[in-house]
Amino acid sequence: MVDTGLPIRVVLAKLGLDGHDRGLKVVARMLRDAGMEVVYLGLRQTTDNIVAAVEQEDADVVGISMHNAGHLTLGPLIVKALDEAGLAVPVVIGGIVPDADLPELEAAGVAAVLGPGASVEEVVSTVRSAAGRDGST
Amino acid sequence: MDDPRLTLSGIPLSPVYGEGPLPGEYPYTRGVHTDMYRSRLWTMRMFAGFGTATDTNGRFRELLRSGSTGLSTAFDMPTLMGRDSDHPWSLGEVGRAGVAVDTVEDMSDLFADVDLGGVSTSMTINGPAAILLAMYVVVAEQGGVDRDRLAGTLQNDILKEYQAQKEYIFPPRPSVRLVTDVIRFTAAEMPRWNPVSVSGYHIREAGSTAVQELAFTLANGFAYVEASVAAGLDVDAFAPRLSFFFNSHVDFFEEIGKFRAARRIWARWLRDRYGAVDERSLKLRFHTQTAGVSLTAQQPETNIARVAIQALAGVLGGTQSLHTDSHDEALALPSEAAARTALRTQQVIAHETGVTGVADPLGGSAYVEWMTDEVERRAEEIFAHLDEIGGGSILEGVHEGIQSGWFMGEIAESAYRFEREVNAGDRIVVGVNAFTEGNGGSGADLLRVGQETEDDQLARLAAVRSGRDSEAVAASLRRVVADATDPEVNLMPSLIEAVRARTTVGEIVEALEGVFGTYVETAVI
Repeated sequence: MVDTGLPIRVVLAKLGLDGHDRGLKVVARMLRDAGMEVVYLGLRQTTDNIVAAVEQEDADVVGISMHNAGHLTLGPLIVKALDEAGLAVPVVIGGIVPDADLPELEAAGVAAVLGPGASVEEVVSTVRSAAGRDGST
Repeated sequence: MDDPRLTLSGIPLSPVYGEGPLPGEYPYTRGVHTDMYRSRLWTMRMFAGFGTATDTNGRFRELLRSGSTGLSTAFDMPTLMGRDSDHPWSLGEVGRAGVAVDTVEDMSDLFADVDLGGVSTSMTINGPAAILLAMYVVVAEQGGVDRDRLAGTLQNDILKEYQAQKEYIFPPRPSVRLVTDVIRFTAAEMPRWNPVSVSGYHIREAGSTAVQELAFTLANGFAYVEASVAAGLDVDAFAPRLSFFFNSHVDFFEEIGKFRAARRIWARWLRDRYGAVDERSLKLRFHTQTAGVSLTAQQPETNIARVAIQALAGVLGGTQSLHTDSHDEALALPSEAAARTALRTQQVIAHETGVTGVADPLGGSAYVEWMTDEVERRAEEIFAHLDEIGGGSILEGVHEGIQSGWFMGEIAESAYRFEREVNAGDRIVVGVNAFTEGNGGSGADLLRVGQETEDDQLARLAAVRSGRDSEAVAASLRRVVADATDPEVNLMPSLIEAVRARTTVGEIVEALEGVFGTYVETAVI
């Protein structure tokens, strides 16, 4: 990806019915404080909504938060939906994801997974490196 | 005393120490019963639910065999949101984080071979709570247990959904009407049922402080009191059955102060502001759950210690029932083995530590009494704010605080402050930002719920849909809509009729949305 010098733009969403939004809100503020532009879609988003927002907002990264044990179904689904829309935008999943599920998510094209207790540095650097923008904002 | 308790060394104990007001006396700071756990231990109520109704029924029966004294049902996300398992939004979430219930047939399987006249059951559900209660009543009656014998609790606390947990369906005002319909129904027909569990747990998990948890929760409780009185009930006709649900977090004495302050505030407000005279209306009874959000994915065994300390705070705070979290909850849904260890933790506190021998053993401690007063004082400041923005009504103040995003902003701010403190190292979380040797590579046996569960549930639902009288279903939905349109009518009878006809949760919710509308929040970060 070309580093345009512009801030990294991140679309954050909860995919599905799960309402646990504490983590995603905290991440939104962490990324903002790190100088990124955050488009916070919030709760109950569908793959279609997220794809539309990524396209419209010209996002560099999509962050999906999942606490509903549905990540193996929904994670690959959002990657596929972005792919089908011709959007090469990496997907980072945050939330409760058992280690054993990581290979399957990676194989499905999920760029990274952030678990409980991830520090600000980990969150920010994971998003930067997913955006191909290590060392920048 | 005909039941002298002895310490491990044989020292005899009185049931209580100190000067009045004693436990069981107004304002109940020291507890709602005279001798607290001497005469009756708290209910060990473990929250469980996953997969299909049959899967969860197996866990229920295992918990009852292991000494659980009450049941508590976790529903899956589609059920909590009032959507059927075959709704497009349900994809990937059926039976994953709770049990899937679409029709009364699922409810029947969920409680198969459980004596509903003998056990008390808690159901954690809010948006569609009235529908699930209707199902429970129908299942019990099919098994020969009349509704007036049913004991249990329906969470049915919709206000905190807008503030914190976000499992709302309809806008706040018609949702509060559904809550008061349930309160009116149980007051008349289910004397052993708690129609609302006013819950701070989720407010705290969403990031609030202890004081915010206490104040927002009690304010919601006052709001339900005002709404029920406005619906025509006398305060003493329903207030004795309102129950509460608090979080027990890891700051030990702050939590104990919170529980003690909760009782005192409730007693004073119910007596002085709402004119309750029945002593039972003044007694705040509560369930406690240890703080899921305090559990770490790093070195998960450490969580057993956190849970034990938090559970002890709940007991020393005078809880009536308790759920202890499983140590694997930051990784996945609780496995059976981890849930058993969590229950054993309660049993150690109850049967080995001796803390049950004396009521409110911390009463009179200068620090604990100061903390209780301080938490109360800070909560009163929040009530004053809500009263002001509500023009002299807490109910209106709560509505206003939801509409303006005030509650959500306050909670998000506290959550972010905590994360910053942990990140800066100002607050130690063992295994996360200190003492991290040994992290990584959890080999724990986690509970997995796979896609096959969703497939099973879809097949079950399809079978019910094809085997029912579709004309009866349509007629039942017409009656639900007609009753919803008239705010004077209680919806419970038409909901009971609808679930009996095998109308699904999703069909009823969609019919109600046609009348009430659907709520969409304005996100506050």
